[in-house]
Amino acid sequence: MTTTNDAAVSTEGTKKAPPAVRLENVTKEFKGMVAVDDLTLELAAGEFFALLGPSGCGKTTTLRMVGGFEQPSSGKIFLGGEDITWTPPYRRDVNTVFQSYALFPHLSVFDNVAFGLRRKGKDKDDIKRLVEEHLEILGLGGFGPRPATQLSGGQQQRVALARALVNQPKVLLLDEPMGALDAKIRKTMQLELKRIQREVGITFLYVTHDQDEAMALGDRIAVMHGGKYEDLGAPQRVYDEPATQFVAEFLGACNLLAVTLDHGTLRLPDGSSVGARPGSMASKLDQIAQVGVRPEKMLLRREGASEVPGPATNTLTATVTTTIYLGATSEYELVTSWGGPLHILAQNISEEDRFVPGDHVIVTWEKDHGFALPSSPNAVAAPITMANSEGET
Amino acid sequence: MSTDLIDAARPAYRQPSWLRRHSPPYWLSLVGGGWMLLFFLIPLASGLIVSLETGNPVSGYTLTWNWHIYSQLFVHSDIPYTTFFIRSLYYGVATTILSILIAYPMAYFIAFRVSVRWKSPLILLVLLSFFVSFVIRTDMWSFVLAQQGFVITTLHKLHLVSSNFHILGTSNAVIGGDIYNNLPFMVLPIYVALERIDRRILEAARDLYSNGRQVFLRVVLPLSRAGIFAGVLLVFITTVGDPVNSSLLGGVGTYTIGQAIQDSYLTNQQFNVAAALSTVLMVILGIIMFAYAKIFGTENLENLV
Repeated sequence: MTTTNDAAVSTEGTKKAPPAVRLENVTKEFKGMVAVDDLTLELAAGEFFALLGPSGCGKTTTLRMVGGFEQPSSGKIFLGGEDITWTPPYRRDVNTVFQSYALFPHLSVFDNVAFGLRRKGKDKDDIKRLVEEHLEILGLGGFGPRPATQLSGGQQQRVALARALVNQPKVLLLDEPMGALDAKIRKTMQLELKRIQREVGITFLYVTHDQDEAMALGDRIAVMHGGKYEDLGAPQRVYDEPATQFVAEFLGACNLLAVTLDHGTLRLPDGSSVGARPGSMASKLDQIAQVGVRPEKMLLRREGASEVPGPATNTLTATVTTTIYLGATSEYELVTSWGGPLHILAQNISEEDRFVPGDHVIVTWEKDHGFALPSSPNAVAAPITMANSEGET
Repeated sequence: MSTDLIDAARPAYRQPSWLRRHSPPYWLSLVGGGWMLLFFLIPLASGLIVSLETGNPVSGYTLTWNWHIYSQLFVHSDIPYTTFFIRSLYYGVATTILSILIAYPMAYFIAFRVSVRWKSPLILLVLLSFFVSFVIRTDMWSFVLAQQGFVITTLHKLHLVSSNFHILGTSNAVIGGDIYNNLPFMVLPIYVALERIDRRILEAARDLYSNGRQVFLRVVLPLSRAGIFAGVLLVFITTVGDPVNSSLLGGVGTYTIGQAIQDSYLTNQQFNVAAALSTVLMVILGIIMFAYAKIFGTENLENLV
C-alpha cells in the first residue's frame, strides 16, 4: 500500500529543518465569504508541491497569502520557521510567477530579470553574471536587450520564471503559469519546469486547476475544495486512493458504486460482496457508502468465458450500452444488473476484446483497485464525470 | 501544361493592379489630409504672408515681403515683445509643472484608490468646470478674488494679511487661473495612462523587493510617462498663447504675448505685427516641444489615443 501517512513523512523532515512553508490554521474571508477555511499545510524544503482545485476553491488566495498580497483573517504563515504573516511582500524571501507573467512592459528582458537583484542592491557585476546565467538556463541566451513584451507567450513565460528564480528565493510561487500557453508548449514547459526545479533545488508551490499538470509535476499534491484541502499526498496515492468523492472525480473519471455495510462486508445493490481499500475510511467503516473504481482499472470479459476470477477480484455483470472507439482505447458505457451506470476504458489489443452495444459482459477488477468513500452530500445519483476525456479532445 | 489547365478552369479573377491594392489607405486619408490643408497649412502660410505685408489700418495692407518686421519687433522695439514672450513662457512652464504636481495625485487617487463605482463621478467632477464658459468662469475668479471679494475681506478680518495685500494683478493670480483652467487636460491623460497599468505588474514589483516608493518610481511613473507627456503638450501650448487669464486676472505687469497678439490684431489693427508675433510664437513652441519630445521620448504617446 502506498503512503497513507504522508503527514508523518513531512513531520519527520521538520525535525531536521523547519518546513519551507507552514500555514497554520489560516482562514481568509472576503466580505463574509470564506475563501480559505482553517487551512494547515506544510511544504518540505526542496519539494514540488501542487495545489490543485477548481476555480474558487481558495488555491490562488492561499498562494497570494504566502506571497504577501493578502493577509489572512486569522492564522499564521511561516517561511523556514520564521513568522511572516505580517511581513510585506517586498521583505519576503519568496518570488512569484504570475498567471499573466506580469512582465514590466517598459523594460528589456535583461532589466526585467535584473529588477529584483537591483532592488536588493546587488553588485553590478554580480547582477550581470546572475541574470545572464539564468537567461541561459531558461534558453533565453541573447534575448537580454529585447523589449520583454515583444516575445512570444512561451518566451515571456520563461522571462517570468528567470525573473523570479534569479533571486534564489526560499520558495517559488507559481500561479497557473501555464494557463495562457497552448497545449504543445505547455507539455515542453512542464518537462522543463521539473528539470529546472531539480537543478535549482528551490521549493515550488504550484497552483493549478489542471489535474494532469498537477500529477505530472507535483511531488505531492493537495486537492482543494471550498477553502480546505480534501486530500493531500503523492499523486499516485491521491489518484489511486482518493479520500473523498470530490477528489476522486476531480482527478479523473471515476465509477461510483453504492454499497451497504453488512456485518463487516461491503455489498453491492445486487447483494454480491465487494472488496476495496478502506483508505481514509478505515477508522469509520460504518460511514462507507460507495466504492470508487477508475475506468481503466476495470476489465471486460464475455459472459461464459472460462477464466475463474481469483479471490482478490471483484466481479459484477453488466450490459454494454455505448461503445466509443478512440484508436488506442475504447470507451464503454455499461449498465449494471441493478441499473447503475458504468464507464470503462479498455485497450484495443485484439478484435475479440471489443464489444458492441447489447453485449452481456462480466466486469472484473482487483479488490485493491477499489477505494471506499463516504457518502457525500451531493452523491444522489452520483454522475459519472469524465473530466479527462473533455480535456484531451 | 497541367497548371494551364487549372488556370483555365478557374473563374477569371485577375490579380488586381498595384494601384488597386495599395491605393485605399491614401483615399481614406484624403479627408484628414484635406482638413489639415484647409485649416492648418493654408492659415499657416497666409499668416506668414500677412506678417510680410506693410501698410496701415486706414489705407490697407499690401504684400511687400517686409522681412524686417521680425527684427523690428525684437530689436530696439518700443514695445518689449521679448519680455512678453519670456513672461508667457515662464507662465507656461510654471503652470505645467504645478499642474503635474496637482493633477498626478488626483489621477493616481482616481485610478488606484477609488472603487470602480466612484471613478466616473470623480472624473465628472474633474470636468465639471468645463460646463461653464471659459471666459465666464475666469471672470468669476476675478470677482471672487477682488479687493472687495469675500476671500480678501475674510483674510483682512482675520488679520492674516496686510491692508494693501492683493491677489488680482499678480503673476500668481494669472498662473493660478491658468492651472485652474487647464487642470483637466493634465488629469485626464495621466489618469488614462495609470488606468492602463496592469495591477499585477505592481504586485510583481512588490514581489521583487520594491517598497511603495520604489514601486512608484520604478514602475508606475515610467509607465505613466506617456500620460504626463500628453498632458504637458496640452497644458503648455494652451497656456503660453492664452490671453484670457492674464487680461482678466492679471494687471499691468502680467501682459503676455497672447494679449499682445490679440491687442495688435483687434485693437490696433496692425495685422502684420499680430501675424509676425503668432508666427514667432508657433516656431518657439515647436522648437520647445520638439526638444522635449526628443529628451523624454514619445514612442508610446499613440498608446493613449
